[in-house]
This record gives sequence, C-alpha cells and structure tokens, in this order.
Amino acid sequence: MDLTTFLWTTFGIYLTISIFSFLYKDNPFYKFTEHLFVGVSAGYFVIILWHNSLAPNLFNKIITDHVWLYFVPGIAGLMMFTRFSKKYSWISRWPLAAYIGISAGLAIPLEMSARVNRQLYASMANISWDNFWGPGFLNTTAGFSDIIVLVGALAGLIYFFFSKAHTGTFGAIAKLGLWILMIGFGTSFGFTVMARISLFINRIQSMETWRVASFNTANEHYSMIFPLAFYGILLLVLAYAIVQFIKFMKERASAA
Amino acid sequence: MTLFDKMMTLDRRWIFLFLAVVCFITYYGKFQIPIPVNSEVRSVYNKIESLPEGSIVFLGIDYDPSSQAELHPMTYAIMEHCFRRKLGVLTAALSQNGPGMAEQVFMDVVDSMKLPREYNGVEYPARDIVKGVDYVFLGYKPYFSLIILGMGQNFRIPFPADYYGTPLDSIPMMQGVNNYDQVAFVCDLTSGNIADAWISYGQSRFNFDMALGLTGVMAADYYPFLNSGQLIGIMGGLFGAAQYEQLADNAGLAKDGMRVQVFAHLVIILFIIIANVGFFMSRRKQGN
Repeated sequence: MDLTTFLWTTFGIYLTISIFSFLYKDNPFYKFTEHLFVGVSAGYFVIILWHNSLAPNLFNKIITDHVWLYFVPGIAGLMMFTRFSKKYSWISRWPLAAYIGISAGLAIPLEMSARVNRQLYASMANISWDNFWGPGFLNTTAGFSDIIVLVGALAGLIYFFFSKAHTGTFGAIAKLGLWILMIGFGTSFGFTVMARISLFINRIQSMETWRVASFNTANEHYSMIFPLAFYGILLLVLAYAIVQFIKFMKERASAA
Repeated sequence: MTLFDKMMTLDRRWIFLFLAVVCFITYYGKFQIPIPVNSEVRSVYNKIESLPEGSIVFLGIDYDPSSQAELHPMTYAIMEHCFRRKLGVLTAALSQNGPGMAEQVFMDVVDSMKLPREYNGVEYPARDIVKGVDYVFLGYKPYFSLIILGMGQNFRIPFPADYYGTPLDSIPMMQGVNNYDQVAFVCDLTSGNIADAWISYGQSRFNFDMALGLTGVMAADYYPFLNSGQLIGIMGGLFGAAQYEQLADNAGLAKDGMRVQVFAHLVIILFIIIANVGFFMSRRKQGN
C-alpha cells in the first residue's frame, strides 16, 4: 500500500467512524460525512451517466456517426426539462406519455407471466409423495415444502378474504394464514438483522486491514505517516468520547 | 424503579455499545464455526461445476458500495470459481456505482489467479487472466429493464463497445456470442429491484438458467421464485456468501465474518428475550 492509497484509506476509516458516531447522537462529523456522501454520489452518477450513456448513445451517434434519427429521442429528452416552466410544462407530458406507454406495454405481459402465472403454476404443482422419504424430505422445493406452500398459500389468501366473518373453521384457517404471514415477516426480520450486522463486520474488516497497514514496516512504501495517521484518528475518537462523556456527566449533575 | 422497569427504559445506546464490543471480541477471537450449506446455494455451485470448459457465465454486478459487505464476497468467490474452471465471464453493471465494484473484483481476482492454488483437493495452476479472452466487462447503462431486454436480442445493441471502449465485435471472447442463447448461466448479484427486472424481463422472457445473489434484506422475498423453478439458486446475504466460499474451499471475507454473525445474533436474541420479559412483567405489575 503506497502513501496515497493509505491516506485515502485513512480518510475512509475517519468517515466510517464519523457515520457510526450518529448512534450516540447527531454531531458535526456525521453531518459532514453525510453531505459528502450525497455530493460525491450525485457527482459520480452524473459523470458515469455522461460517459456510459449520453455520450456514446446520443451525442456520438449524432456528431460522429451522423445518425440524424437520434435527434428524435434527444429532443424528447429536452422536452422533459420544460417541467421547470409553469407555462410550458405541458410539453413534457408528450415524451412522458410515450415513456409510460412503452414501459407499461413491455411490463404488463412480462410481469403477468413472471409474477402471476408462473407463481400460480408453482402453487398448483403435483405433490410428489416420493419426496417425503429420502433426501428430498426437507428440500426447499420438494417434500414437506410442497405441502407448506399449498397450505400456506390457501391460508394466506383466506386471511385476506374479508367478505365472510373470520369465525369457526374459516376463522381458524385465516388464523393459520396470519401465522404463516408472521413467520414470513420473522424470516425477513432475521435476514435484515444479518444484513445490518454484515455491514458492521465489513467495517471491522476494513478497519483491521487499515490497522495492519499502519504498522507494517515490511511494506516497501512504509512511512512514519502511517502510524501517525492511525494515532491521529484514535486521538480524535478518544477526544470526542471524552468531551461527550464530560457533557453527559454535567447534564446528569444538573438534572439531579 | 424495579429491575423490569429499568429493562424497559434501558438506553438503546448501551445495546449498541454492547453489540459493538461483542462484535470486536468475536472478530479478534480467531475460532472457526461450522457453516452448513443449503441446497439453494449448493445448486449455484453445482451449476458452475457442471459447465464444460469455455462456457460463458454472465455475472451481473448490480450493486453499489453500500451493499458490498454482503455481495462482494459472493462476487469474488464465484468469479474465481469460474476462472479456475476456465469459464468465460461476461459482466455488466446495471447499477450506477457497479462499475467501480466490478473493476475492483477483476483486479483482485486476476491477481489471485496468478498464484497456483488447491481447492477441494484439486490443484489449479497459476493462470494469466486476459481481458477480452477470459472476461469481458460491458460496463454500465441506465434503465436496466430495457438493457436486460436489449441484451436478449444482442449484447451489441445496449453495449456496442465494452466498458473500456473496445467494440464487442473485435473482442475474442465475444466472437459468436450474440445473446443469452450463447450464455450457459446467468448469476445476478444485486441489492435492489434489478433482481425483479432480471426475473421478469430476463428469465421469463428468454428462459435461461438463473440464480440470484441477494442482500439479506431481500433474500426472503425471492424464495417463491426458487420454488417455481424460475431461479435455480439463491445466495442470501453474508451467510449465502460464506456457504459458497465453503463449497468452493476458498475462504474469504464472508467466512471470516460468520463467527461475528453468530454471536451478534445471540446478543440480539438475548436482548429480545430480556425486553419481552421486562414488558410482560411490567404489564403484569400494572394489572395487579
């Protein structure tokens, strides 16, 4: 790791700690990092969009290749900007209407096929009783899973059927549907917890890589700046923690 | 104030601090935990294992740095697996910050391939991975649904040239590769609704074998597509990545993080139990 890479990595670690400091409370370090993130993301997106889309797909086609037909989408795109004028904003409805029409035309049959028909077929699949015994027993796409899918789909649908009172056998099936939904939400919650912890683990791994790099004298680009940057960040974090602790104690004393 | 009342009014920052301490301690305690492999991850691995040498695998690197914690380990493991198996890797990034992610993976995996390795008892000699011969990076284009549809007709429609400006027609790996018909397997690693577009506009329209690598938040929502056969496999979150690393015998950041996951989850479960006990006991006390 050379000096430039190390300094950028150190800056990254500083930003990580700044973001996590929000867990204690809002503060200027967090605010700065948040604004930096929004600004950098927007700027990066504009440049990526220019180099990967607008330049090769529109401007180069017109200016270099002289394909004049590309003026049509170009003008349609410009028409979108009339939304900024109260007087001429109606013009933007034309390209928008074309865009929505094309999108809907593409989406409706494909979404219907992928999300409704194929899912219906899957719910109506023949239950293979052979899979209840042997290795397919707890397979997510066979055996007991087929029964769970069938029963779960029916019970879930019945729970959302509001034209009949949820009493008696009907109510019991609706209750089962509710439980199935709750188990589904619980699974999502479990996965979400894992995702959030993963983000923190990634930051720990990143900090560890940076810490090792700070003291790796075998590195051919090693410089005294490396450990200094490490201790600088550490000092900053400690100073912030001490200031916050003193504030907290003062507030507690005044409250008492 | 009783103990139960204190439980109910515990400042959440103590929970954050406790969780952080547990995560750091378990991270630096270098012990291993067993990683059971699910069938939905195994089927992704088996699919790549079953492909004959020279087949093309399409890897969609459709995520931003905000999801790299979960999806980067998957990308590393799958890409190295493909290169070791001498498969061609065709990549596109349909998320605006994806090109940076893809380039980082290519750089690191190409370096890793320069070393001989042994995975699952098989010796893999060092290999020089050549851009345009072993892999092609198509780059980023906006409006992912249209791009997915366009690639189904011909990769050259949305991507006349690769990310580095080389026309696809002059790239050796792309000779005779026009659309998904020449791709043996599509694996999309994504953190957003690009996964939906791949299912609706890609798999359903062109009927290719497809698997998804998803962030933990999304994973549960896509299991119905596994059941319906629209997907052959799912890798969900860091655990999915760790399972793939386990199967490929290529331990990386995901396996390294799993012991932290286990203990962090135990802490969260413990706090849920404490909070519920506190809640019910306080309610009982109020009732009395």
